[in-house]
Amino acid sequence: MKLPFTLRSFAHGVHPHDHKQGTEHLATEHMPFVSRYVLPLAQGGKPAVPVVGRGEGVRRGQRIAAADGFVSTDLHSPVDGQVLGFDRHRHPSGELVPCVELQADPFSAQEVSAHATVDPDGLDGDAFVAHVQRGGIVGLGGAAFPAHVKYKTPAGRVVEHFVLNGCECEPYLTCDHRTMVERAADVLRGARIVAGQLGAKDVHIGVEHNKPDAVAALRANVRPGEAITITPLQVKYPQGAEKMLIEALFGVEVPAGKLPLDVGCVVNNVGTMVALADWFDRGVPLIERVVTVSGPGVRRPANVRVPLGTSVRELLAHCGGTLPETCEMVMGGPMMGSALASIDVPVLKGTSGVLAFTAAETARGSEYGCLKCGRCLDACANFLNPSVLARLARAGEMKTLEANFVMDCMECGACSFACPSNIPIVQLIRVAKSAIRDERRKEAGKS
Amino acid sequence: MGDVLMAGAIMAGLGVLLGAMLAFAYRFLRVPEDPRTARVEQLLPGTNCGGCGEPGCRAFAEALTAGARQPSGCTVAGPEAVAAIAAFLGVDAGALDRKVARLHCAGGKAQAVQIAAYDGFESCRGAHVTGGGGKGCSWGCLGLADCQRVCDFGAITMNDNGLPVVDVDKCTACGDCVVACPRDLFELLPLRQPLLVQCRVPLAGEAARQLCTAACDACGRCVQDAPEGLLRMVDNLPVVDYASAVDAGPAPTFRCPTGAIQFVAKAQFAKQEVRA
Repeated sequence: MKLPFTLRSFAHGVHPHDHKQGTEHLATEHMPFVSRYVLPLAQGGKPAVPVVGRGEGVRRGQRIAAADGFVSTDLHSPVDGQVLGFDRHRHPSGELVPCVELQADPFSAQEVSAHATVDPDGLDGDAFVAHVQRGGIVGLGGAAFPAHVKYKTPAGRVVEHFVLNGCECEPYLTCDHRTMVERAADVLRGARIVAGQLGAKDVHIGVEHNKPDAVAALRANVRPGEAITITPLQVKYPQGAEKMLIEALFGVEVPAGKLPLDVGCVVNNVGTMVALADWFDRGVPLIERVVTVSGPGVRRPANVRVPLGTSVRELLAHCGGTLPETCEMVMGGPMMGSALASIDVPVLKGTSGVLAFTAAETARGSEYGCLKCGRCLDACANFLNPSVLARLARAGEMKTLEANFVMDCMECGACSFACPSNIPIVQLIRVAKSAIRDERRKEAGKS
Repeated sequence: MGDVLMAGAIMAGLGVLLGAMLAFAYRFLRVPEDPRTARVEQLLPGTNCGGCGEPGCRAFAEALTAGARQPSGCTVAGPEAVAAIAAFLGVDAGALDRKVARLHCAGGKAQAVQIAAYDGFESCRGAHVTGGGGKGCSWGCLGLADCQRVCDFGAITMNDNGLPVVDVDKCTACGDCVVACPRDLFELLPLRQPLLVQCRVPLAGEAARQLCTAACDACGRCVQDAPEGLLRMVDNLPVVDYASAVDAGPAPTFRCPTGAIQFVAKAQFAKQEVRA
């Protein structure tokens, strides 16, 4: 047993309380089927195009929308039922976006009508990539980036390490933790499939050491002589960012503006591996995912396997509802997740958690002037100067912000967390980045 | 003694040499400048707002004296200043087609449905990226005054209903508010055509009405009541052809069930119901 401080990690970062005790030992339960499902057509990449008509009957697992282009994935029905329509419904972002609305069949046994299983070893590179895209599989860590895009390596690029992200550094969330404990064999099965296809020499799984049972479960499933290493890491935020994870595992920095592939790595979330194993070995596309429902405002915190498109309202009701003093709902983790304007929004492929907070957690202390203490600089894992960026953002100095690499900020929020003066640093940066992106889009539209 | 003389000689020599260079530059490298430019620049407002499309007042003055632009191109100068410049240069002032910033939304606190309270960073753009600011309509005005803060002319004030009111006399059509609005609700429109669609909701019927009592529900009556070609429906919204010289008067607004299309001669929202 190594002492925690001798474990590997990346430079900088912060140590928020992990708040995982409420759910980390709770076995994943199944969300009962509800009567109505809403699936936004855009779930990672470009919106998919519906391939079923209004009123048409669909089976659980049947394809209901097809990928539009390469950076897009297929969408499958999470239930046996009927298509109600393609109107706009509220998305967790607050916007009203085009969705497929489904009515579940109350008399169906809701068995998955599985697709044909495929032996991944018999597929060459492009066929493999296309098959992953057909499974509707996206990164389940939260960003929901289409998984197959990462597997299409440009000619001449060598993938040395296939890296699995089991850090789960966001407080409260335990869905990846439970996945690693309960489905360790499938995590490793997915890892073997992808590593084999990419020609990676070895597989590294980084797991923060506050999940010893996950480390043990994964190690128990590694075959003797196999090049799969499970590395316990220090508990530090934002270690689950792929560049930070690579730095923690190999001591190599991914340069700004470059991808992990530029240092010979491909990084995936552990949950994505389970989805791949389900798709290749059992013919089940991505139609459900594990969501952690937690936070002080939830009556019965739980890890729930939820069919996509289930409304957050139904999911909360399944978890005993919320306390009356709940004043904020967050989708995702508390550091990077976004506040919800409505709980009548669906669970998406990228929804890792639904958290309910009361006034005690959401209170904002009054803001003071910058003390020039430098804590935000020590927090920033990208080695930016958040203090300067925040002041420039407040002054609206967009050109100077860009010259100070504001676009390299991943908006992890460690700076705001570290600031003793309660300056909303990451909020200022986020707003400025949105303005810069808007301006770029308008300029691109003009020319 | 020799050193002192030497120093004096060097200084004198340098003086002669540099003098010769100056004389050469004055003679052969001279850039002729229209002497009227300085005077025209004085007559311009000097705000350097960029509303005319030139990099600043000096550049616009140069374009005027060169005859490339007409004095009415300045959106800030009033009719007297434009006439003064035209008289000074002895040119035609050009047609004065004044534009002002207009907001394509009338969904204030009394009209738009609010589904959640926004208690975050005080900025429209901040609210826009955080769950849409809790406003039921994801196209409408967020009411947190980003436009008011960027207006250099003090032309925008937030009314009690949470909507920005543009002072037509102060607005110079510089376009800063158009850039600042995260929902692209401002547009620079000519004053001579007062027909204005105050909504950007691309939904029709009940779906639009349940978001806001001032939303356009795409019934199409305004298009029927307008002269041929002045209005057309695009994505469930009427679009006014501001290039058209047709003067339809307020007739197309009479049968609008929600008041989404308005006849606005001066400031917007003058007659609107307000709930503070």
